[in-house]
Amino acid sequence: MGRATEILRARFADCFLDAHEQHGDETVVLRPAGIAAVAAFLRSDAELLFNVLMDVTAVDYPGRTPRFEVVYHFYSLPRRARLRIKLPVPEDQPEVDSLTPLWKSANWYEREVWDMFGIRFRGHPNLKRILMYEAFEGHPLRKDYPIKKRQPLIGPMN
Amino acid sequence: MADDMKQDPEVERRDNPAAAAAEDDDDARRMVINIGPSHPAMHGIIRIVTELEGETVRKAEIEIGYLHRAFEKSAEHVGWNGVMPYTDRLNYVSPLINNFGYCMAVEKLMGIRPPERAEYIRTIMAELSRVGDHLTCVGASAMELNAFTAFLYFMAARELIYELVEDVTGARITIAYGRVGGVRSDLPEGFIPKALGFFKTIRKNIAEVHGLLTRNRIFYDRMRDTGVIHAADALDYGIMGPFLRGTGVAHDLRKAEPYHMYSRVEFVVPTGTRGDNYDRYLVRMEEMEQSLRICEQCFKQMAPGTHQADIPPEYLDANQMVDAAKHARTECLIDREARLSPNMEGQEHRHKRQVIADDKTAAMPSLGKTYSNIESLMNHFMLVMNCHGIRPPAGEAYAAVEGANGELGFYAVSDGTGYPHRVRVHPPCFPIVASLEQVLVGGMVADIIATFGSVNMIGGELDR
Amino acid sequence: MGLKRIVTRVFGDDSFVTTKLDAAIGWSRKYSLFMYPFVTACCGMEYMSVSSSHYDLDRFGAAFPRFSPRQADVLIVVGTISHKIAPVLSRVYEQMTEPKWVIAFGVCTCTGGFYDNYATVQGIDTLIPVDIYIPGCPPRPETVIQGIMMLQDKIQKQRQEY
Repeated sequence: MGRATEILRARFADCFLDAHEQHGDETVVLRPAGIAAVAAFLRSDAELLFNVLMDVTAVDYPGRTPRFEVVYHFYSLPRRARLRIKLPVPEDQPEVDSLTPLWKSANWYEREVWDMFGIRFRGHPNLKRILMYEAFEGHPLRKDYPIKKRQPLIGPMN
Repeated sequence: MADDMKQDPEVERRDNPAAAAAEDDDDARRMVINIGPSHPAMHGIIRIVTELEGETVRKAEIEIGYLHRAFEKSAEHVGWNGVMPYTDRLNYVSPLINNFGYCMAVEKLMGIRPPERAEYIRTIMAELSRVGDHLTCVGASAMELNAFTAFLYFMAARELIYELVEDVTGARITIAYGRVGGVRSDLPEGFIPKALGFFKTIRKNIAEVHGLLTRNRIFYDRMRDTGVIHAADALDYGIMGPFLRGTGVAHDLRKAEPYHMYSRVEFVVPTGTRGDNYDRYLVRMEEMEQSLRICEQCFKQMAPGTHQADIPPEYLDANQMVDAAKHARTECLIDREARLSPNMEGQEHRHKRQVIADDKTAAMPSLGKTYSNIESLMNHFMLVMNCHGIRPPAGEAYAAVEGANGELGFYAVSDGTGYPHRVRVHPPCFPIVASLEQVLVGGMVADIIATFGSVNMIGGELDR
Repeated sequence: MGLKRIVTRVFGDDSFVTTKLDAAIGWSRKYSLFMYPFVTACCGMEYMSVSSSHYDLDRFGAAFPRFSPRQADVLIVVGTISHKIAPVLSRVYEQMTEPKWVIAFGVCTCTGGFYDNYATVQGIDTLIPVDIYIPGCPPRPETVIQGIMMLQDKIQKQRQEY
């Protein structure tokens, strides 16, 4: 078991759900409520030193409850270590805390997750669409959005 | 009631004419200028809404997404192998690196290790791509600063890179050359001497541009101390690659987490000190030289003479093979390949063998084998038939390579079927463009062009 | 002027040539194509190759890009057009003055190519009229040059408005 998993399991036992190390990628599954505290800890802890939030994305698992999974990839530049944190997010209340106050990189990534999956980030300063246009309805990377459903601004449907 | 009236701005203005006049003055001084989405001095489509005070940028708002082509959605609707051509078009300036990054993610999922020769070829091709990318980036941004000659020199050099890439892959830009477990084809005959010859010309062109730009007063003044970002800010934004190295952080995935054959070659990671446009220009110029060095070392280290896959096959004429099969002498046929007409693939020269791991779950059998024995034919069917194909076991993996702009990561989730459940790209220039909202502020309007050039924004990977 | 010199050399000083006005205007128009490159994506790399020294578009009088649609004759749409950029493209087209021509550069602009999904326009001819389609993903520079020569043919043969 990786060092980060051990520490998180001991320190954040109340929101720790699961951990695995498939293909060598250290992965921790947490309850969504804990993410802001965990991220602040990861960033400031002198041993872990995860100073870069590399990526924020989500995965849609239709038929599974909770339906969505928000996936964070952290990177520690001094230790050259990676950590993936996953948060199961229910379909009826797709909302997690924003990490924008901690990392500037979270700003655009979270906007993209909102645009593509419709997951809201609590406390985000400017949560609006980033890749699609405002007139676009729905969230295209959800599995139930048909790949060819076009919503043109001008011109015919196809 | 009185409180409500106080909050009404119109009422407030009436009550306090001095403040209203100051506000009007402020509004008049500030001007909103819209740059883009289709602007002459910007390669790529992006919209920057700037708020100016005189010529100084006070606020910049960036709008992206004009080249959103649904890569991630498309990837869920084609097989694992079918994603390959889509990855070409992510960063179309260095497509080979994208190919190999995606392959590495799938290989990680399936637990495949490519053969050593394939790893060498990947290293060489990735570095060629990186040179091409930096040539385009520096050339185009120099052109936007009116140094058109530098652009022409670099385009001439890039044409040589394209010729080498075409010799190996058959296409200039969109190559679909990576395969899960290896690469599509071996290096052709005479590739190494040709490449070494071209490297001389490329180095000459780079030296020429050094002479034209590096100590050029106009170029220096426009690049030095413009578009400054500090290391702490860059890491806060998640920026990697030349943009981070320009600030003095010597981080390069090729050194930090060596993949391919980077642990066996020597190279230097150039860094800057000030994190401005000029440092980034110098870092890119030096990285090209280092990439050429890596290629040359790989040429030396690769097993000499052999231009075929690890085990050359035994050939048998097709008619003899039919005879043997008719007489049920099939046991000798399994290792043999039919000698095919060179025109089989629609080209005059013999098709090059793929260099790929010996793994039936991912690697396509060679053409000769497919035509000679039933096992390979069935294997081929299983890999190309609809709803079959490569099937990584259910799970997830993240693999990252050093793209030309920084860390290019692929996060692949498999549910065990022939289609990816999710392929997520971590695009290297996304955080850089995000940081522009901070970097541009405080600079002049003219600096936007220089800074934007050094960002090397690639629409394909930014908007996917 | 080149034509006058040739005519005087062949037929003598006091000679003249008759031609149709349409043909003369077409001849002059086809060798002074001012392009507006609407570059969005991958094909832009090949556009760079074509327009720089190696393939040298200047030979066809079509090298000089005008970055204002008001000064351009040919709108060359290079790369995938998404629904988000589509209104911009049609606006740029409307800003161009007559006579104007449009080249669809690359298969994405011709038909949408292999991007058949919610984000992309399936061929720019659903938005604006197109004169020449250059297929390829991206087209090789030779294909582009052929396309431009075909446009020149078309300009020469068409009925000229003046």
